[in-house]
Amino acid sequence: MTDSNHIDVVIVGAGHNGLVSAAYLSKSGLKVLLLEASNKVGGAATTSEFSEGFSVSECAHFLYSLHPTIVKDLQLADHGLSYAATDLETIALSSDGKHIRIAGSVIQGEDVTPSDIDNYRQFHAQMKRFAKVLATTFADRPPRLVNNDMKDKMSLLKLGWNARKMGKQEMQELLRIGAINIYDVLNENLDNQLLKGALSLEAVLGSHTGPRSPNTVLGLLYRRVGETFGFNGPAIPTGGMGNVSNAIASSATSLGATIRTGSRVERILIQEQKVAGVELDNGEIINCSRVISNADPKSTFSKLVGYPQLETGFSRRAANIRMKGNTAKLHLALDALPEFAGLNANDIGSRLVIAPDPDYVESAFNHAKYGEFSEHPIMEISIPSVHDTSLAPAGKHVLSAVVQYAPHNLKQGWSEANNEFKALLIDLLESYAPGLKKLIVDSELLSPADFESRFGTTAGHWHHGELALDQFLMLRPFPGMSQYTTPIGGLFLCGAGCHPGGNVMGLVGRNCANTLLEVGATSD
Amino acid sequence: MKKYDAIVIGAGHNGLTNAAYLAKAGLDVLVLEKNPYIGGATVSRELHEGWMYSNCSYVCSLLRPEISRDLNLPKFGLQVIPYVGGVTFKRDGDYFGNYDDHERQYREIARHSKRDANAYERYTADVTKQTRFIRPFLLRTPPDPTSFKPRDIQELLYLAKSFYNLGEKVLGDTLRFWTMSIGDFLDEYFETDVIKCHLAGSGIIGTALGVYSPGTAYVLLHHYMGEVDGSVGAWGFARGGMGSVAKALAGAFQSFGGEIRADAEVDRILATGGRTSGVVLANGDEIYADIVVSNLDPKRTFLDIMAEEDLPASVVKQARNFKIRGSSGKLNIALDGLPTFHGLPAKSPLMTGDMHFIDSLERMERAYDDWKNGTWSQDPYVDMLIPTQVDPTMAPTGKHMMSVFVQYAPPKLATGEWTDKDRDAFGKTVIDQIGTYSPNFKDLILHAEVRTPQDIEDEVGLTEGNIFQGELTFDQLLFNRPFPGYAQYRGPIKGMYMCSSGTHPGGGVMSAPGANAAREILMDLNHPSTVPEAYPDD
Amino acid sequence: MTDSEIPPLLLQTPFHSRVADACEINLWEDWKGYTTPAAYSNVELEYFAMRNSASIFDITPMTKYRITGTDGHAYLDRLVTRNLKKLDVGRVMYTAWCNDEGKVIDDGTIFHINDDTFILCSQERHLDWLEWSALGFDVKIEDVTEQIAALSFQGPTSCAILKKMDLEGVENLKPFDLHHYPFQQTELMVSRTGFTADLGYELWISPEHAENLWDALMKAGEDYNIKPVGSEALQIARVEAGFIQAGVEFVPAEQEVRVERSRSPYELGLGWLVHLKKSNFNGQQALKEEKLNGSRFRFTRLDVQGNKPAENSFIFNQQKKVVGMVTSAAWVPTAKRNIAFASLEMPWGKPGDELWAEIYYLRELKWARVLEKCTVLEEPIFDPERRHATPALDY
Repeated sequence: MTDSNHIDVVIVGAGHNGLVSAAYLSKSGLKVLLLEASNKVGGAATTSEFSEGFSVSECAHFLYSLHPTIVKDLQLADHGLSYAATDLETIALSSDGKHIRIAGSVIQGEDVTPSDIDNYRQFHAQMKRFAKVLATTFADRPPRLVNNDMKDKMSLLKLGWNARKMGKQEMQELLRIGAINIYDVLNENLDNQLLKGALSLEAVLGSHTGPRSPNTVLGLLYRRVGETFGFNGPAIPTGGMGNVSNAIASSATSLGATIRTGSRVERILIQEQKVAGVELDNGEIINCSRVISNADPKSTFSKLVGYPQLETGFSRRAANIRMKGNTAKLHLALDALPEFAGLNANDIGSRLVIAPDPDYVESAFNHAKYGEFSEHPIMEISIPSVHDTSLAPAGKHVLSAVVQYAPHNLKQGWSEANNEFKALLIDLLESYAPGLKKLIVDSELLSPADFESRFGTTAGHWHHGELALDQFLMLRPFPGMSQYTTPIGGLFLCGAGCHPGGNVMGLVGRNCANTLLEVGATSD
Repeated sequence: MKKYDAIVIGAGHNGLTNAAYLAKAGLDVLVLEKNPYIGGATVSRELHEGWMYSNCSYVCSLLRPEISRDLNLPKFGLQVIPYVGGVTFKRDGDYFGNYDDHERQYREIARHSKRDANAYERYTADVTKQTRFIRPFLLRTPPDPTSFKPRDIQELLYLAKSFYNLGEKVLGDTLRFWTMSIGDFLDEYFETDVIKCHLAGSGIIGTALGVYSPGTAYVLLHHYMGEVDGSVGAWGFARGGMGSVAKALAGAFQSFGGEIRADAEVDRILATGGRTSGVVLANGDEIYADIVVSNLDPKRTFLDIMAEEDLPASVVKQARNFKIRGSSGKLNIALDGLPTFHGLPAKSPLMTGDMHFIDSLERMERAYDDWKNGTWSQDPYVDMLIPTQVDPTMAPTGKHMMSVFVQYAPPKLATGEWTDKDRDAFGKTVIDQIGTYSPNFKDLILHAEVRTPQDIEDEVGLTEGNIFQGELTFDQLLFNRPFPGYAQYRGPIKGMYMCSSGTHPGGGVMSAPGANAAREILMDLNHPSTVPEAYPDD
Repeated sequence: MTDSEIPPLLLQTPFHSRVADACEINLWEDWKGYTTPAAYSNVELEYFAMRNSASIFDITPMTKYRITGTDGHAYLDRLVTRNLKKLDVGRVMYTAWCNDEGKVIDDGTIFHINDDTFILCSQERHLDWLEWSALGFDVKIEDVTEQIAALSFQGPTSCAILKKMDLEGVENLKPFDLHHYPFQQTELMVSRTGFTADLGYELWISPEHAENLWDALMKAGEDYNIKPVGSEALQIARVEAGFIQAGVEFVPAEQEVRVERSRSPYELGLGWLVHLKKSNFNGQQALKEEKLNGSRFRFTRLDVQGNKPAENSFIFNQQKKVVGMVTSAAWVPTAKRNIAFASLEMPWGKPGDELWAEIYYLRELKWARVLEKCTVLEEPIFDPERRHATPALDY
């Protein structure tokens, strides 16, 4: 094509996966146009100035599983990706000040016994081995089981082989705990309540599960996949998560992609079951025969495509995707660095966790089942300004906390409950960090309802669909639609609703781009 | 002292089935039972004069028809009568009934929602698909997925082929079904809470999970895969109570020359040099055999009646980690007459079926939260039946016996062990719930036996009172039951086997574990199998 | 609170008082929960009333949905395999509808009543599927089965009788036309449709006027040999007409349990109902693939030698290998043929194929077995001119 206006691929939504797709496709020589509704790139991986002078990662605030191949392929370091902190330790906060420090496989704390230390070392190593098996398929499309080709068969064989080569007993153990709940597995392996609480939180973060829900070991393994990607703990990108997105965007742009922000795609245009282009909310029409949607599968099919363009069985499966957003985000602008009882000032920049024991976490979850927010919530806290002074005015700080449980379908409605829940959270923080309240200059609570309106994800679900066994691998997002292609010719999905799922990993974007290139070679 | 060919510990239905098939092969078999009566949890007991209680298991469907016919159980007195009906009462005075006639059932669902009435057809078809998939595996030994032995590979291929034959989408649905919650599953079909509720019960009975816990859809399947006379999913009463099943199995066993000794509690399985040589009874008697089969659950088997030093450390750990949670209680009630229920027409055909008093999934889930908090459900899910409407043998004419299965009750309370006071309070909770819907119920009560999980454990020997001898969750099914590496009925020492519901395919009065274990034992003895193969599926 | 009566096992249609009076033989059956007659007096005479004069068959138990809303037309067009955009107000269309796999859920008729009102009439119930299909459409779907009483009024003298009832201009209704006529103090909807491949009408009325309609028909038909007919007579006429039936020729796709039990339109001889080129509809992608790659089965109408109905027969090929089975069979008295509908594995069932039916029949408590040669029929065996003639003939 010589037409300078010709576009090979339109990508709807500049979330990190959309950006990764754009970069890879541009790298392959395709002309890519990325359309983003908001006025900045990154989707949920963004940094926002929520109060004058105070900035914070809007959604996820740690990076722990960005795939190294992507970093390398897209030369993200050259495009501005740098870290204010890496391999952060986790401090499991205890109300009595006897916290536990978790650094990789090593734990330390006043009440920690030698057997705790030994048990955790073993447990950590086992989870890492299992995570490695799990990660086998992440960098490829999920294998089909029946109508499969050679690539699918190889992928399945690789998965089986990686499981088997751990040894007979280890494979048996993986098969056993694959579907089990984290609560039992923690009790089988560990004694320390505070440690188990912190691990419970890790297993359920971002999902509609409690530690006693079967399947939650998967949640833990899913996070631990990051360790096989070279992260020995969460990292804080300089400038917040927004800069990860900016780096990918810069890479994509340098490879030739065009990014237009402030351009909301109203619908995907379809003619004879094939993509014809997109229509923006201002009526502008962009013609194009290939579109990738970075939106979640449910909103892609219900809104951008429209169920009438699809068949009933397919629509039914899309409508039945389980996605109950449960996660909220608390942002505090602080006049000074808060003090946590019993916490060394050097440790305040660590990943701080409030989840005193697994039963506490489970009780917190109970409320979510009935459309109530937790009376005693769990929190994952970061004070990124400790590592990155650009986020707050000199001497001042921002506190960012991922909070559960805050169900999207709150009975009383979020507009009513936002302040109430925020006050409850601040009280909880105050109990661990006396005096914190007085330091608060400004605050913001983003409920799942806010996530939905801000980022467009259905029910404000962070992973674009529950990450559970029934929506995993070839079942993600649903049977019959798991390999990034859709029944609409030329329409692909690259959001976290597809395999391998959520977190800032970038692999969905990469897998989708690869699929498009394969399919594209044989179509039109 | 006489040496037997085989000793089976525990005269529950699986122990008796196992013993019967070994005896049928000509082995000299002794069954040892700690209680003065046989049957384990498959018993009928006269605990109130003139009334026979099925005081543990209470209805029959899962018993493999191949076994029932092969052992000629009808000849030994077993008669299973199908029952129909069933009703879930609503708080607003209405109810949802389960009629056996297709069209009356359609209209009953349609009374609540026409859409649901039609969706029920799709639900039935989809669940039947899953049922047909699982049934052929019941009388097969699960393969070891880590093994390279020809037999395991062959069985794995059989499994893989069964999967493959489903096709991509149905296979996907099957994998989803096995891993999702019954609540989520039902939400995909129905809009009416009471209908979901009526169906969801099968997903939690005997299970320490809530209706929204992943894995409970499979538990529902476990209750759907049985049959009465070829009618898959149907349930029936054993005439004379569930003890008739045990009695018939014992009759078959004895007809092959087998010997049963009651009041003979096993203290320990003898093991030397990595093989068993018999058992020691609680009274100190030693009885010898080269083969010892335990019908006790895996925890009791490996942690109580086997010495830690006789076992590989890994097995002890696996046994400790085995999930066997008490979550159910039981009331058995002698009634002076047939109770009436609010809103329900007198003599309604619905009353011969299972009755429930909880009308929303939220209430069911909250009942589970109580269990997690270490108390019995304050608003429990009960599965209540009055078999004497059909069975004339269990109570004096005109009087009735009521069986009330209660979900949930924890094995231990947050306050500590169950006390008599707690038991009374638990019984009162259940009786009050029923009383709310039945105006004359309380006045009709002549006698009530209230059984906590602790009582069930003490009397029957089921750890924590778990009715399935181990949770029926994915981590403990097929080649993971009771635990990986030991799913083929062989114990860790030579000559020692397992045949309880703690092995594949799990709990319910199915007799499949007992039969499957016998097949493996006979194989090890190079003896032709006496165990029937499953009927080919239609 | 519910009333404290045990609900009846079987319901009665609004015509029941008249049906019961006429049903001399007392041969009842359960049709979708309604008490309906298998026959009234003599199946043969009932059949010939249908073919020779006029017949009344109570079709109230048929499932009826009213679809309203601005997207009604688009909604139905996505639902079914035929191009529904061509269906004008006052017209009826026979069509099939499929699931995503391109397997037939059911076949039935769609009545375009007015701009945004349609009625869909079928053998099976589909509210679940219809509601799921409504995602993204502005439509309302109501089950109106119990709100509409209906009679199938078929036979050569049917038009003459309607004219006698003062349904002005009824003779001008073309096949698949529908029109509303004043009838007593109400409105009667008449469509020129039916299940017999003959001149005939279906009459739709509110239940409270059902008995009046019956009486009026019987009175007007006095001199025209009008007879109520039961399902057994209709069954013969259906086979003669060449019409398939849900639950007999195919398993409705959403109820399929076993693999390969459901059938695509192509596999049911309904390929003519599939308009692959129209805009998106359920099953389109799968049917396109099937069109390209071939079907698994072929629906054939067979003319079986001899006079023994080939009920439940296996069909053999020349090599005596089973290649399919019979789904419906009957000796048809007007066309004088022994007809069987069969579902055959591909590639069997082409015109000219040598096929054999294995027939078992009972004579004085003794079963006999014959192998009869079958001929694949290419043309309808019953298609009288009066079926198509407009204005309709008087007999």
